[in-house]
Amino acid sequence: MKGKLILEDGTTFRGQLFGGSNATAEGEVVFNTGMTGYQEILTDPSYCRQIVTLTYPLIGNYGTAKQFNQSRKSFVGGLVIGELCDKPSSSSMEKTLPEYLTAEKIPCLYDVDTRALTKKLRSAGTMKGVIVSEYASQGTINDMMKLPIRKNVVEQVTAPVAYTLDAREGALNVVTMDFGIKKNILDALRKLNCRVTVVPAKTTAEEILALKPDGIFLSNGPGDPKDVPEVISEVKKLIGTRPIFGICLGHQILALAMGANTYKLKFGHRGCNQPVKDLRTGKVYITSQNHGYAVEEKSLKGLPIKVTHVSLNDGTVEGVRHAELPITSVQYHPEAAPGPNDSVKLFDEFIEHMKEFRA
Amino acid sequence: MPKKKNLNKIIVIGSGPIVIGQAAEFDYAGSQACRSLKEEGLEVVLVNSNPATIMTDANIADRVYIEPLTVDFLTAIIEKERPDGLLATLGGQAGLNLAVQLAESGALEKYNVELLGTSLEAIKRAEDREMFKETMEQIGEPIPESTIVEDIHSAVDFANEIGYPLIVRPAYTLGGTGGGIVNNEEELIETTLRGLKYSMIGQVLIERSIAGWKEIEFEVMRDANDTCITICSMENFDPVGVHTGDSIVVAPTQTLNDHEYQLLRSASLKIIRALKIEGGCNIQFALDPNSDSYYVIEVNPRVSRSSALASKATGYPIAKVSVKIAIGYHLDEIVNAVTKKTKACFEPSVDYIVVKFPRWPFDKFVYADKTLGTQMKATGEVMSLDRTFEGAILKAVRSLEIGVNRLHMEKMDDWDDDKIKSRLNRINDERLFLIAEALRRNIATPDEIADITKIDRWFIDKIKNITDIEVRLKKTELSPKLLREAKLVGLSDKSISELTGAKLKDVRALRKQNKILPVYKMVDTCAAEFEAMTPYYYSTFHGEVDEVTVSDKRKIIVLGSGPIRIGQGVEFDYCSVHSVWALREAGVEAIIINNNPETVSTDFDISDKLYFEPLTTEDVLNIVDKEKPEGVIVQFGGQTAINLSASLAEAGVKIFGTSVDDIDRAEDRERFDEMLTELNIPRPRGISVTNLDDAITGAAEIGYPVMVRPSYVLGGRAMEIVYNEEELRDYMSRAVKVTPDHPVLVDRYMQGTEVEVDAISDGVDVVIPGIMEHVERAGVHSGDSIAVYPPQTLPSKTIYTITDYTKRLALALQVKGLLNIQYVVADGKVYVIEVNPRSSRTVPFLSKVTDIKMVNVATRAALGETLKNMGYYSGLIEPKPYVAVKAPVFSFAKMQDVDISLGPEMKSTGEVMGIDYHYARALYKAITGAGIVIPKNGCILFTVADKDKEEMKQLAKAFSELGFKIVATEGTARALQSIGINAEIVGKVHQRSTDIIQMIKLGKIHMVVNTQAPGKHVAKDGFRIRRATVELGVPCFTSLDTAWEVMRVLTFMRDRRLVYSLAIQDYVGGGDALA
Repeated sequence: MKGKLILEDGTTFRGQLFGGSNATAEGEVVFNTGMTGYQEILTDPSYCRQIVTLTYPLIGNYGTAKQFNQSRKSFVGGLVIGELCDKPSSSSMEKTLPEYLTAEKIPCLYDVDTRALTKKLRSAGTMKGVIVSEYASQGTINDMMKLPIRKNVVEQVTAPVAYTLDAREGALNVVTMDFGIKKNILDALRKLNCRVTVVPAKTTAEEILALKPDGIFLSNGPGDPKDVPEVISEVKKLIGTRPIFGICLGHQILALAMGANTYKLKFGHRGCNQPVKDLRTGKVYITSQNHGYAVEEKSLKGLPIKVTHVSLNDGTVEGVRHAELPITSVQYHPEAAPGPNDSVKLFDEFIEHMKEFRA
Repeated sequence: MPKKKNLNKIIVIGSGPIVIGQAAEFDYAGSQACRSLKEEGLEVVLVNSNPATIMTDANIADRVYIEPLTVDFLTAIIEKERPDGLLATLGGQAGLNLAVQLAESGALEKYNVELLGTSLEAIKRAEDREMFKETMEQIGEPIPESTIVEDIHSAVDFANEIGYPLIVRPAYTLGGTGGGIVNNEEELIETTLRGLKYSMIGQVLIERSIAGWKEIEFEVMRDANDTCITICSMENFDPVGVHTGDSIVVAPTQTLNDHEYQLLRSASLKIIRALKIEGGCNIQFALDPNSDSYYVIEVNPRVSRSSALASKATGYPIAKVSVKIAIGYHLDEIVNAVTKKTKACFEPSVDYIVVKFPRWPFDKFVYADKTLGTQMKATGEVMSLDRTFEGAILKAVRSLEIGVNRLHMEKMDDWDDDKIKSRLNRINDERLFLIAEALRRNIATPDEIADITKIDRWFIDKIKNITDIEVRLKKTELSPKLLREAKLVGLSDKSISELTGAKLKDVRALRKQNKILPVYKMVDTCAAEFEAMTPYYYSTFHGEVDEVTVSDKRKIIVLGSGPIRIGQGVEFDYCSVHSVWALREAGVEAIIINNNPETVSTDFDISDKLYFEPLTTEDVLNIVDKEKPEGVIVQFGGQTAINLSASLAEAGVKIFGTSVDDIDRAEDRERFDEMLTELNIPRPRGISVTNLDDAITGAAEIGYPVMVRPSYVLGGRAMEIVYNEEELRDYMSRAVKVTPDHPVLVDRYMQGTEVEVDAISDGVDVVIPGIMEHVERAGVHSGDSIAVYPPQTLPSKTIYTITDYTKRLALALQVKGLLNIQYVVADGKVYVIEVNPRSSRTVPFLSKVTDIKMVNVATRAALGETLKNMGYYSGLIEPKPYVAVKAPVFSFAKMQDVDISLGPEMKSTGEVMGIDYHYARALYKAITGAGIVIPKNGCILFTVADKDKEEMKQLAKAFSELGFKIVATEGTARALQSIGINAEIVGKVHQRSTDIIQMIKLGKIHMVVNTQAPGKHVAKDGFRIRRATVELGVPCFTSLDTAWEVMRVLTFMRDRRLVYSLAIQDYVGGGDALA
């Protein structure tokens, strides 16, 4: 049936609504420029409650398969795309994308001019939007539009209880604070022989240290880092106790904990083609990114924090390290999924830090 | 790291003539490279033998040498110019090979020239089979297992080790015969035995067969700091087994999930790092559709056809960035030319789908084997962009100009279901259309088709989406709703009209009435993430918002020439580009429409706006509706653009230049004859007949030999010269379908000197920049003849007559712009053969050698400026003191089963130029540039038709006097005996153990002069001899005229320097005239 996406400023994009007239959504509308990896995007908890539009117009070509899920379920608010492929082809496929959307109850608006939508978001900045059927009343739309952007997103995606993944004898103990962690990060750490204990976001510093970690990992996750002040204050206590590595939201939380500031980007960085320069080597890596906030560079002045990575596109901070302590973090996703694997070596650095600490 | 400090002057090697596998993409890359170097303040020396290119224009490089691409010439140029660096990775395989040879000859070291970009060692590591294998093994990247065997045992051992299926390829065979895919031991033994027999060195290569796997390509870049990025991924519609140049290709990949995509992307980066390539590189993979297994098939350590495609597909200028890397920059120091804000160090993200479709020459080579395999056969390609695959593939098919406007070939209508089904496993140029036909008739399911063809089912389902709507259009009344659906799928108005029976203009009207209109989207490298200024657009019916800003400036559309094919090559792109430049110079907004990804014209910074669209009436009119230009220029886009002029004019579009009616007067035979009669200008007698009887009476009246050709070309049926009634009957029954609607033209064949003229007129004055005389007499297609400027043998009276006729014809046709006329001079009398009221194949050549910007002047004339105002006066411009020779280049080695004998049907794919103050050396350069190595001594085989025996005697005598040994077939030898030449008699093919083929194989014959008995169709022995010369690289001349000139060159060059080089700037500037 016909449906539409209405933005805060009233701009309307029409398309076909998948999932019937009840398939409505409201949330911040963001775009991702990756050309593959729609399933990884849909299951990345960092998109919690957001309406995601994909700039690549043909979506669903290879269906979906459990192995590509990045978390226990999809947390996105809604999906806005060009073509929704109902006749996919791939030997690994288990469900078609329409079947998957139905199972996960993801509202989807397709046959949309997503390029026009992207241009709108690029020039006006990310904004709130609602997906409704063409026939929804203006009252309904107004009510939905009025709902504030949720601040409790980390709470929605974090693990409800702590759990530990098996590892071989002699593995390094990594305690991971789960703000919405992606499966591939866990896989990357396990591949490097880590025993990973995942703890809920609200776990205290004392509880974490009681687990006798060799290192602490701060995961990616959704939302504004400033919405979780209680987490920031716990992380503060962890600084100096153990090697720490942060990714994405974890990076922002770490920066805030060390006294830096974060701010909201106009339309964020979301895609698989984001160039990041490693200031230590001068080399540039293509990275997978998904963030709407960034660490403010000038707020680092006077702090014992060094910028290690910057975005080549807009010069924003993409990675930092502590001047003396084994604490590093990056804004982008070295674990890929979706996106390039160019930066997977960053995990090695964390391992080295932990080994040194253990020794 | 910024630009290397030691560099001031750089020499760039071009790719030479256009041949199958190496086409206009290197003009695009090379031009971009030269501009990019000049932008850096470097002095650029360019060497390329191909005059039809933009890159050999005097303003593209500081010094342009149109000289043969050989070590001798390059060394001489390097010695003279003393460049600091050499850039060879933009000149295709030809350029790369030459650079390797120059390095190996010691020339680079001697003159202290740095090889820029990828190092020699890296090139070898990528190209040498063994070194490549070793490198891949070191980094753990799999390549298909292979071995070379000389006996059956080793073959079986290898098969036992790695399993089946395997590919067996005999090494060095004539025509690649004897190989194939084998699935079991029995087949292996049989094929290997056969292969060993066919192989000239008794070796067979056995390789794991990955036919049927997905073929995936990545374009990768690396800088000296080891930063690597991928520019574009591509997926071949045709699975492994078909050369990528002959495959339909989509970008980005469509059926790979992120895991598979990243697997191959990571492998690409690993490979480019291991090979230490600096610049662009193309990597091809085979991916198992049922697992994560893959193999690396090939790496091209240079800019390639695929990188041109990737550049146009994404907007990322690979050649330009490769050049900046070669001179020392790192990727993050280079600005993204599209956004002007971000850096070149990023991976383009596209928000559309790209389809590339090959253009094959099977319309010209009707007898060629159309099977597609590992040897590329396409001469050119088209590209299309849309938001859906269906839309893009339909646009691509429309762009091909092969007489189809959707996935439907008329001839298949007559095929029964069994025939369709049974042919699905054939891999040839018609496969896509056959699949569509099977789906349309519902005689095979997408799964069945995918199973037979190994084409991914995703593509088959998409094709079905198209045929489904076709079926509905045929059955249902055309409603606005259905029309909208058909347009969303991408069917053209013409297709919809054909399917529904509605009139074309009614379909268009209904569409406009219901506002079913395309929107235009921008190609910006970044999927709209950043603001971009590229004026590069494509249409789609899938969109709400149009991105084109229509200016209120004066604007004009230039129509391009579409895909490169035999008869319409890169020359026309050259003309389109110059027309665009002329418009911009005149302050007019220049908009170009074209669909060829290989060309300069589709580089986004050539025109003010580029529409990458099919060149059909509907697609052009949609743009006209959008832009509302003052008019359209059609005279530079070859026949492609001319063919659209009538329908555009009918739709009310102004055609700048020669009017549509005057174009018709030149093209319509009756109207043309009428005009000639009025002007009292003679032409060879000719008639148009609609049945056999009329043909016979007509031909008798005209007198044999006659030239016969269909007025309406069906599947490229050839023009022929027939010498008697019997042959005429044969031709009429075999070659053409003659009906009142499709008459056959019978003309007197004049065996005279052919002369070609390009002229410019403003309707008042007619300027003739130059006249070209052909070496081969009339009867050989003008595109296959050697052309000489200025004429060497024509008396001034003849030149006067030609000048006079040209002026009168131009004025009578009210030409505003360019026209091209072909004449034949027989017994001192000048006859007109043909008038083309448009730019021609020879315009770039003539522009270069005469230093007259012909297209610029013609464009301005078309816009209404007078020639007088531009400083030109009526008449022939005084010839230059030097001589330029244009020689054709053929791709016969790539096309088996094609007869190399020259005739009235064009066969060449490209051209080279030789220029010098001496005619003979200019000719020597042209022949050398064309890749023909003329032996200085040795053995010449003569085997000529009876009609040529008399003339051949003198020729053989002359060669004999030069010290050549003459061998001949029996009849020819007898003829030679009569003048005292004792030629050794060789056996005809298979007559004895030392037959001709065997002697050619053994290297005992160094040159062949062979003419065909008139009218005989593919005389078997002659054909085999000619093919053998192609396979073994022995020069073979099928026209006595060419052979005569070769003899003269040999005589002249005996006591002259062979190598003498001057830049084109020196010639036209009247510099160093001492040779």
